[in-house]
This record gives sequence, C-alpha cells and structure tokens, in this order.
Amino acid sequence: MENIQGKIILDNTEYKTNLTKNYLNGKQYKKINSQEIRAFIPGTIRSIFVKEKDSVKKGDELLILEAMKMKNRIFAPVDGKIKKVYVNIEERVAKNQILIELE
Amino acid sequence: MSITQRILDFFKKKSQIIEEVENQAKTKQEKMGKMTARQRIESLLDKDTFHEYDLFVEHKAEDFGMDKKFLPGDGVITGTGKILGFPVCIYAQDFTVAGGSLGLAHARKITKIMDHALNLGIPLIGINDSGGARIQEGVNSLAGYGEIFFRNTRASGVIPQISVILGPCAGGAVYSPALTDFVFVVNKISKMFITGPEVIKTVLGEEISMEDLGGARVQAEISGNAHFYADTEFECFEQIKKLVTFIPWNNRKKADTFPIKPPKSIKTISTIMPKDNTEPYDVRDIIKAIADDSDFFEIQQFWADNIVIGFLRIQGETIGVVANQPMVLAGVLDVDSSDKAARFIRFCDSFNIPLLTLVDLPGYLPGIDQEHSGVIRHGAKILYAYSEATVLKITVIMRKAYGGGYIAMCSRHLGADFVFAWPMAEIAVMGPEGAANIIFKKEIEGAENPDEMRKLKVQEYTEKFANPYKAASAGYVDAVINPEETREYIIHALQIGINKQVENPKRKHGIPPF
Repeated sequence: MENIQGKIILDNTEYKTNLTKNYLNGKQYKKINSQEIRAFIPGTIRSIFVKEKDSVKKGDELLILEAMKMKNRIFAPVDGKIKKVYVNIEERVAKNQILIELE
Repeated sequence: MSITQRILDFFKKKSQIIEEVENQAKTKQEKMGKMTARQRIESLLDKDTFHEYDLFVEHKAEDFGMDKKFLPGDGVITGTGKILGFPVCIYAQDFTVAGGSLGLAHARKITKIMDHALNLGIPLIGINDSGGARIQEGVNSLAGYGEIFFRNTRASGVIPQISVILGPCAGGAVYSPALTDFVFVVNKISKMFITGPEVIKTVLGEEISMEDLGGARVQAEISGNAHFYADTEFECFEQIKKLVTFIPWNNRKKADTFPIKPPKSIKTISTIMPKDNTEPYDVRDIIKAIADDSDFFEIQQFWADNIVIGFLRIQGETIGVVANQPMVLAGVLDVDSSDKAARFIRFCDSFNIPLLTLVDLPGYLPGIDQEHSGVIRHGAKILYAYSEATVLKITVIMRKAYGGGYIAMCSRHLGADFVFAWPMAEIAVMGPEGAANIIFKKEIEGAENPDEMRKLKVQEYTEKFANPYKAASAGYVDAVINPEETREYIIHALQIGINKQVENPKRKHGIPPF
C-alpha cells in the first residue's frame, strides 16, 4: 500500500503530492474508430456472415459473438467494405479484440 | 424420566452439537489458519457474555440426499452478547458445517437475529465465512439471501451494521456486507467476489488468483469495499471493539461520552503546515493535534486516501471528520474520494455524530478517465450528503478552498453551522496562477515581457483574493482564527450546538445521485 511520489498540475499550479495505485492505473482514453469492429465482451465467435471485399450497409449482420450464454449479433455500424476479417469460427476472443475492419 | 435425567439428557444433546462440532471444526479451521466460528464470537465479545439462540434449528431440505444429512446449527451460530459493555446481536457462519453454505434454515437464523437487533435497537455484527448458496436447496437458498438483504436495507441508518469477512464470501453473499456500514477484512483470510477465478477463466479466458481478484488488500485498497484491514483475526477484533466505542447503539441515541483527554501531539498546527502552499503535509497530523488524546480512528485508510475520514473525540464526544489530504493527489476530490466521503457523512448524520470538515483542496481532479467514470455523478454525492445532513456541521478552511471544491467541502452554502478559516486560507474560484492567466489574458499577451507581466498579475491576484477576508467580508466565513485556537473553537461550537434541531422537508426519501 505504498504511494508513489509525483505531482499534480491544476490551473497552472504544480502540487507536489503522492499518487495512488488507482490513479496510476486509470484507463487510458482511446478514440472510438467505427471502422474497427471490436469484441465488446469476451466470448466465442459462432458465425461469420461476411468475407473480405464484401460491401456492407449500416445494420448488416456481420457475425455472432457468443458470451454469457447469449448469442450476440454484431452489426455493421457504418456503410463500407470489409477490409479484413481477423477471426475464425469457434475462435475465443478477448474483450476489445479486433474482429473485423471496414474501409 | 426424572427431572435430573431430563437435565442430563439436555446437557448431552447440547454438548453433542457444541463440543463435538467444535473439536472437528478446530482441526479443519486451524489448517486454514482460521479460528472457528465459536472462537471468533468468544474472542470478540466480553468474557461469558455470549448467549446463543437457535442451537437446535435444523433444515427441512429433502432433495439430493439432504434428508439424511444432519447439519449442526445449520452452519451458523447466532446470539447476543456485549462488547466492552455495549450490547450487540451477532452471528457467525461455520465453514466446517457444509462449507458454511446458506440454506433456508441458516438464513432464517440470521434474519431472526437481525429482526432482534432492529427491534431492540442494538448493533448487528455478522461474521461471514461461507462457500455461498446451498445449491441442494435451490431457490430456497436464494430466498434466504434476499430476506437478509431486505433486512440489511430496512435496518440501514437505524442500527449500526458491521460485517466481518473471515473466509470466502462469494456470489450473492457479498451483498449483505456491501449493504452494511462497515466491512472488516483480514489479510490472507478474507476473499470477496461476485464470480470467482474459475468462472472468470472459463467464461472470459482471464487468469487471476483468488487473492489478486478479491483478497483483503484488493478490497481495502483498490475496490474500497472494505473499511478496515488487519493482518490477523485478533487485530481485526480489536478494531471492531474500538469502532463500537465511537458509535451509538441506534439512531435514537448519541454515542457514549468518554473522559476528556487533551491532545498529546507535541506538534503545533503552525509547525505542521508547510510555508509554500503547493507543498504537501499529512492532514492526519492536524487531526491528531485537535483530537482528545491525539487519538484518530481512521476508516478506509488505504482507499481513496486523497480524502481522510474517521472518528475522533473532542471533550469526550464522538466527532466524524472529513479532511482533504494534500499528501495524496494534492487532496483533490475525484470519483472515489467523493463516494467515500458521502457515505461517511450519511453514516454520521444517521447516527447523530457531529461532522468536522477540514478543507485544503485545489478542486476536482481533471482528466478524461475521471469525466468518463462519472465524476459529475459521483462528485454530486458529496454535495447531496452535506446538504442533507442535519447534524451539527463545523468547517475549518485550513488552506486552499478553490472553486467547486470550496462549495462541496461543507461550505456555509451547504448548511454548515460554523465556518472558521485560518489566516493562510485561500478562498477563491481557482488558484492565482490559473485565475491571473484568464482575468489578465490581454494584459499578459500584450505586454513587452509576458512572463514578467504574468508574475506581476499573479502576485496582484494573490494579494487581493488568495486569503480568507473576501469570504469573511461576505459572511461566508464566521471567524478567521489562529490555527492554535482551532480545538477551542470546535469545543465551543459543540457546546453551543448541542441542541441543534433541523428537519429536512417531509418526504418518503430523497433521490441521491447513487
């Protein structure tokens, strides 16, 4: 339960202070790229309905990701063309793993 | 059967359940480095004060061979006793009887002692050591949990509720402690989680040990679920005993008054405070300089430690203190510290414990992580808790009180009864550096030497606004005081405010930003 020495800058003023584990482990922000379809939950890919170079419309079903005994249907968030399919059927995927990339 | 025979028969029946079970339990629990349920109750309570009830309760489950299983006491010991003379209702789950699993009879023993505690207006202590729901009893086991949660909630704010985690506490079982006021954990023994490492591995493919997932340290430092952390069960019981002395039996009473002891801290407040207002110090030294016997009983010491909360006594009376901690994250308010303070404020308000707020913070913590984690929603909790609290509220502005942080830390505007400020106090919308850059933007940018001009303007702002007198001239601060007089001013405020009676508007309940 040791804190790490550091500093915090607020309104142009630098404060000498210790930093907590939770502060240092805070989530790094990443901009959402709607052309990258990522697993929102860890699970298993059950079906893939598209292949590379297919054109898809917003709302088209891309694949089924089963997690917590639920078959989640993943839809295209935007119109586009399938640039790459990163996963295979029956593959187990981690949370935030890239599944399909659109262009 | 003669009377003597019947009495002898009773002794035999009782010893069958108590002694035989206890002997087996000792061997099993010792192997895991744990005390037995009975040993725990006996070491926590005053000698020979424990009275056990429902010793002969048996389960009525029939499925999966349960009809042939005799579970002594159905895996939980319940009763009443005293801690340092304070009456309590207590239960302790026995891990050596069917893994301490919760069946309906087990749950009903607990709910019965909970009803008792609520009706009698005395604290409830639950010692948890259980593998979880008794699967053979199906939905009846879930019913048992639900009935416990319902009572935890009904009793919340009426009687103090204490949970001691002395073994696994998994799945639904964790929610009873989560609903209670104080959770105690012990290193290597306590484990709390909703889903264990096994499930996490099979479902999510993530590997983690039980200790790293929900061990005592994690609950005390990362999640904030635990309020007190100890290295041994013995140390944990000492902590519970100390806590009990600070709190009243129920919400209709006041905490006991103790003999008055002056602070023994040799450091004066002016020597604790650094010269430079961006230098840190340990606010607990200030608390100790004010407290009777310099005795400060800290709560959630290891989690969100940018705010310090806990109990102390002043002139023998229990006070709840909320203090910004400049030593950690500059004492800012953030998601976790707002949560921590808000819950504590509500505890004190429910149980008639006056609140002392010590202010020194540069504001709320900026950052994407904070914003996306809901610092608005969480930060609002502290505003809500202070505004709602009707106990005596005393605020001391020690150093920085900037912007939203000034308002949130029990300002006059949120209903503080007494607001004192030290001469070093800086009460303003923001620190001089930030403020000067905004107010004098044109002057600074247009100057021949902008850096020189900035310095000049920062100084100008500091002299004009970074002090307690603007707030004092508006009446927002009642008195600017010498730091060394702080204890005396608090004592006077407590004496004057002893009969404070303020009622919130009549309503079913408010809707805090949970």
